[in-house]
Amino acid sequence: MTVYLLCFILLLVGLYGIITKRDLIKIILSLGIMGYAANLMLILFGYKSGAIYPILEKGVTPEIMVDPLPQALVLTSIVIELGITAMLVALAVRLFEKYKTFDITKIRRLSG
Amino acid sequence: MKQSSGMTLIVKTVTRVSVWLIILYGIYIILHGHLTPGGGFAGGVIIALAFLNLMLAYGRDFIKKWVNISFLHDIESSSAALFLAIGILGIAFSGYFLANFLSGYGTLYRLYSAGTIPILNIVIGAKVSMGLFVVVWALSIFHIDKGGK
Amino acid sequence: MPVETWLIFVISFMILGSIVALELKDLLSSIIAIGIVGLGVSVSFLFLQAPDLAIVQFLFEIFALIILVRAFIKKDYHQEKPSRVNKILVGVTIITLIAVFFLSVNIFKSLPAFGNPLMETSEYYLAHGAKDTGSANLVTSIILDYRAYDTLGEITVLFTAILGALTIVRIKSRSKDSVEEQL
Repeated sequence: MTVYLLCFILLLVGLYGIITKRDLIKIILSLGIMGYAANLMLILFGYKSGAIYPILEKGVTPEIMVDPLPQALVLTSIVIELGITAMLVALAVRLFEKYKTFDITKIRRLSG
Repeated sequence: MKQSSGMTLIVKTVTRVSVWLIILYGIYIILHGHLTPGGGFAGGVIIALAFLNLMLAYGRDFIKKWVNISFLHDIESSSAALFLAIGILGIAFSGYFLANFLSGYGTLYRLYSAGTIPILNIVIGAKVSMGLFVVVWALSIFHIDKGGK
Repeated sequence: MPVETWLIFVISFMILGSIVALELKDLLSSIIAIGIVGLGVSVSFLFLQAPDLAIVQFLFEIFALIILVRAFIKKDYHQEKPSRVNKILVGVTIITLIAVFFLSVNIFKSLPAFGNPLMETSEYYLAHGAKDTGSANLVTSIILDYRAYDTLGEITVLFTAILGALTIVRIKSRSKDSVEEQL
């Protein structure tokens, strides 16, 4: 219960950064924080106390294992996050070359 | 090679040895994805980091001479098509898309087991490693341009 | 010590790191502080018995750090003027987020407690995974056999993201002759 709430606070910190920060870099970092919190929350839901990792070993009788389904979903989600981070960085650098600033309020003013 | 591009001689010499070990480790992680922790995603990122190591140590121009970037991009695109092709082979042999039509062969806990899973791991590893490296290589164009001005 | 105590310690450290990362003025320090958060997630995955994810998260962190540092380190960001962030916006946002937090406590109470997941589908995977697919790593057997459609969708999304990044880079190089033949 406490762990869930702390993880939710981490998500809210990322949301705070997205809403209030005006630099593109800080917004990208905030998106990363929200992604970390969401992944961690999914894995927290699948933990079983006293269980071991879901990998069979030779000669060892299977014990109780943690839930492998959230792990499979999060594994793909982490790699997607990497691709999206690369795309956002490319977008931010392009904007910097055009407007010479990372401030989103100035970028909005210059465009129109 | 010239000393002007990239880092110092010590870094280049260490990189020349260590890059092959890193690539070997990535291939090990990919091939043993169905037995140990790891798999196509982790191994692909390791191989991309090895290429990135080479690019940071030797400079961007050396990489352009040494590997064919558009060929790497072709590998990335064709591995996506290969994934689909394996899925369609599943229709042909087992009746539904992405079926594991080789799962009967091999024994558990051995490298030769698990049917199509190691093949798909290799395809995903090629896709992830080449895709990430091509993106980082493309991003470094900006870096060169800013330095020149 | 139980796992929950360790997790509370690590996640509190991550919250601290993320607040520091968002509030620091210097860009390099901010990116490194994000590294603290990502490595904390990796350690948490190890405590939660997910070694697959710990490896991938660790590599992701290194890769993201290199991309961010290489892309942003040369930009003239350090001499940013003292930011005139709208004080009212910050105050309203903090109050709203605290309200959201206290209103959603009940949702977390209604979830199954930490350490006792439902695991109705997963029981089948754990019991029959090795026999059905022949793979000792059950996470891999889910990714590439039971739920291979998910992986196909993931590959499509990754392909699209990489194509998007390449397109964004290429727009500029078309206008410049020196860069054109490089890509």
